[in-house]
Amino acid sequence: MSSIPTTEKDILSKREYVGISAINGPLMYIKNTHSIGYQELVECIDKDGNVRLGNVLDTSKDVVVVQLFESTTGLNLPQTRVKFKGQPLMLGVSETMLGRVFDGLGRPTDGGADIIATKELNVNGLAMNPASRLYPKNFIQTGISSIDGMNTLIRGQKLPIFSGNGMPHERLAAQIARQAKITGGDGTEEFCVVFAAMGVKSDVAQYFTKTFEESGVLSNVALFLSLADDPSVERTITPRVALTLAEHLAFDCDKHVLVIMIDMANYCESLREISTMRSEIPSRKGYPGYLYSDLAELYERAGMLKGRKGSITQIPILTMPNDDISHPIPDLTGYITEGQIVFERTLHAQGVYPPIASLSSLSRLMKDGIGEGLTRADHPHLSAQLFAAYSYVKEVRNLASVIGEDELTDLDKDYMAFGESFEKEFIAQSFTEDRTITETLALGWKLLSLLPKEELTRLTEEEIEEYYGK
Amino acid sequence: MERLIGRVSRVTGPVVYISDVSDAMMMELVHVGRDRIIGEVVKLDGSTAVIQVYESSVGLSPGDEVFGEGMPLSVELAPGLIGSIYDGIQRPLQALEAASGAFMDRGISAPAVSYEKEWSFTPSIEEGVEVIAGMILGEVPETSSVIHHIMVPLQIRGKATVLSIKPAGQYKISTVIAIIQDEQGQQHELTMVQRWSIRQPRPVERRLPLEVPLITGQRVIDTLFPLAKGGAVALPGPFGAGKTMTQHAVAKWCDADIIVYIGCGERGNEMTDVLNEFPHLIDPRTGKSLMERTILIANTSNMPVSAREASVYTGVTIAEYYRDMGYHVAIMADSTSRWAEAMRELSGRMEEMPAEEGFPAYLPTRIAAFYERAGMMQNLNHTQGSVTIIGAVSPPGGDFSEPVTQHTKRFVRAFWALDRSLAYARHFPSVSWIDSYSEYSPDLEPWWHEKMGEDFTKNRNIMVDLLLREEKLQQVVKLVGPDALPESQQFILEVCTMFKNAFLQQSAFDTVDQYSTLEKQAKMMYLLVLYWNNGRQAIRKGVHLSSIRQLEAVRALVRMKLTIANDQLALFDTMEQELIQAITKLEARNE
Repeated sequence: MSSIPTTEKDILSKREYVGISAINGPLMYIKNTHSIGYQELVECIDKDGNVRLGNVLDTSKDVVVVQLFESTTGLNLPQTRVKFKGQPLMLGVSETMLGRVFDGLGRPTDGGADIIATKELNVNGLAMNPASRLYPKNFIQTGISSIDGMNTLIRGQKLPIFSGNGMPHERLAAQIARQAKITGGDGTEEFCVVFAAMGVKSDVAQYFTKTFEESGVLSNVALFLSLADDPSVERTITPRVALTLAEHLAFDCDKHVLVIMIDMANYCESLREISTMRSEIPSRKGYPGYLYSDLAELYERAGMLKGRKGSITQIPILTMPNDDISHPIPDLTGYITEGQIVFERTLHAQGVYPPIASLSSLSRLMKDGIGEGLTRADHPHLSAQLFAAYSYVKEVRNLASVIGEDELTDLDKDYMAFGESFEKEFIAQSFTEDRTITETLALGWKLLSLLPKEELTRLTEEEIEEYYGK
Repeated sequence: MERLIGRVSRVTGPVVYISDVSDAMMMELVHVGRDRIIGEVVKLDGSTAVIQVYESSVGLSPGDEVFGEGMPLSVELAPGLIGSIYDGIQRPLQALEAASGAFMDRGISAPAVSYEKEWSFTPSIEEGVEVIAGMILGEVPETSSVIHHIMVPLQIRGKATVLSIKPAGQYKISTVIAIIQDEQGQQHELTMVQRWSIRQPRPVERRLPLEVPLITGQRVIDTLFPLAKGGAVALPGPFGAGKTMTQHAVAKWCDADIIVYIGCGERGNEMTDVLNEFPHLIDPRTGKSLMERTILIANTSNMPVSAREASVYTGVTIAEYYRDMGYHVAIMADSTSRWAEAMRELSGRMEEMPAEEGFPAYLPTRIAAFYERAGMMQNLNHTQGSVTIIGAVSPPGGDFSEPVTQHTKRFVRAFWALDRSLAYARHFPSVSWIDSYSEYSPDLEPWWHEKMGEDFTKNRNIMVDLLLREEKLQQVVKLVGPDALPESQQFILEVCTMFKNAFLQQSAFDTVDQYSTLEKQAKMMYLLVLYWNNGRQAIRKGVHLSSIRQLEAVRALVRMKLTIANDQLALFDTMEQELIQAITKLEARNE
């Protein structure tokens, strides 16, 4: 790692320093040390012998800045001992971690046996070589029409849910985790879920545990929980730990891993907190300038690799502060991820579940994952037509709110009827309803048949001939 | 040449401070620590210096040695570039995969082009000839559609005499193919490979005016907002508006000879998409695979941020090299905002005083310098070539008033603004006809007149005018509904809707529609203007709009983009006859 010879480094890494120069929030400053590596793991032992972990954020000859993943409460300057480990934070991974519950740093909290690791991995991971990636195009059927039909999820994709406080993103995530399946697979695929909770309330975590339990998948789920009352710095590590396990399961154990990360907004808050504490120059809304790169390090760990069977599909969930999609967190996320599922509060207020805003939601990988041989030949045109029609509905509604519904042309009234049914029948479905892709497409055609044929400009004559009004 | 230039004194992210600096040069290429991480000197101050490293700095510690290479960060230029995929500092990703597997380890390197492969070289000059920098010594068929001209390196000053040159034959790029003697009497052994610093534009004889359009086959671009060869355009849009889709479409179908596609801080899967798709697509002009004219630079968002900063320069330098051979090169930079953010991140780590939104004060200078590397040039060897830059901009929150969009606007002359509401309605390419502009339009007018006749610009202006009138009418419609307008005005709305659906909107996935020749574009526009003129007349004669709308010949217009291929233009004439007859019949029935 550094130019210090390994033996010398070993000796140094056993060296402990007693006494630190300053503590500020989660940051500790230690002076006059040996050469410390950037991002090295640090063990900090308080006067009672409790061990806390941290890593090196800034290293120089004079002073080393350490960020503790845990609370600094109770540490004092003279008696605290610090040990530099000579390597970055590693996670011992193993397939047996499925079915277990861990804290935000990957230590078991369910009272079970310790994990016997098959491999030690750096939690920061390494960037995938773009030339080694396999382009994702296997359709995942979630059983939810507005996703399958309009914003198809693809194996190896990163598709976040942009929600707001009080909206049912947890239910949707749980429903996807329960229903997701691949049509046309050879049946040997193994699925598992890695769940990372960052700063969520403990009852939300319990909700997920309970849902996984009820649907009998708990033994295939690894939960990493950094709850709301855990130290905020821990949250910056939790998704990295979870993704490290996911990479092991996907690329060493040939599993298809669905990673659910909730709530990315809390993760970003923690980053901002640390950045501010270090008096870094902020960019928008006080978030650090490297927020984009930092988020990309997480999201880009989704994907598939040539020659490996497994895959990592990510569903990060974030609550948009004040439902504002242009806020830096959803904004930067949207620039990195391959689309987004956006929740709409007005739909939610009308009792539509899942309240997925059809127009602002998008799946970028959909284009190559649907159509003939994948879902059905008419799927691309059908979804384009539904989008176009529903987008016109929005215009008509605006108009109707000014001139009144009665004044609309007959055609516009047809569109109003279409819009109504689209929301009530296509988007809305119950928590337990699992629709096949054929059912979803049939439903789409049923709704389009409310409009005159001439309006369906995105569909070919043959498709209209085959499905319209049937 | 490698020498110790100092030792690490502080590490913070990709910025490394070094002390005890001896003779380090600005922008010198360096290797740091035992892993020999690549970096570049960005600041010198007495005995200390600042280095930005192009790989993860995890594990670097104070005291680590820093070695200087004695030269700035450069690219290797030789046959074999085309069809390759590189990271931001020209490391070949396919070779790195072979070396370290699917994940990018640190400190690995490989030559940018193969030193083993033999190329068939044919000299184009003889011994005893006088040459200057940039002159063509010989040629190598690099791919089936690109002839690679081997040129005298630009580092050679003044005139030189060719002492010897290899006869036609198979050579590796490291073979000495010519020996030349310069005016000072110094001899230079020339191989097929040369180096050029990425941050320095390659010199040219002079700039030429921009008079020829870059034909993209995308109707909204070619007709409404054309781009000149050698021009620069910004392509801003919020996420999901279709920047990458538009960039891909232009990269696939534009009539440049070489495409340099820079994925700067974007998604890994998008680059994989290009890698998978391009080899199977056929260039409509050469009939060869698109990959045979494409070079990819992929520095995805999770790869080191300083290499992202370098990636656009690496791309533009390679582009200039091919321009020097007399080619027209188009660069897709996706996205320049990520490049600007990389600058911001590095600047912040160096604790520089920020200007707007944390960006460094030199942001506009850097943006200007980058876009100025575009141009139609008279090269040193008297060939003419061009570099066209199509730079995507990703404004935070889709707000075009942010610094990167605003500064970019100052240095480009065309602006293809992508509109989120069009994208939401799945109207692609979502280029807004209200916010976009092209200052190249008037410069290109003589070309259009000569090649496409006067009707093309005339029809185009009619459509632009109608779109503007529609925009105003829509304000009224929002208040009172379309039925309150007289039929003549409703017809404007109708024609514009038709123009948007039948012409501006273009499917990137439909094999017929994805690329339109200028002839097809002209015919389509002609028919739409015909519909406007004849329909308007009919309405004046009392024909109802609804009966015009329902005509079979009118409905056929909407689908003409899909039903008539580029080589079936005669079908447009049939369509024209049917349209004229159908409307005349309506008028007759009304009389």
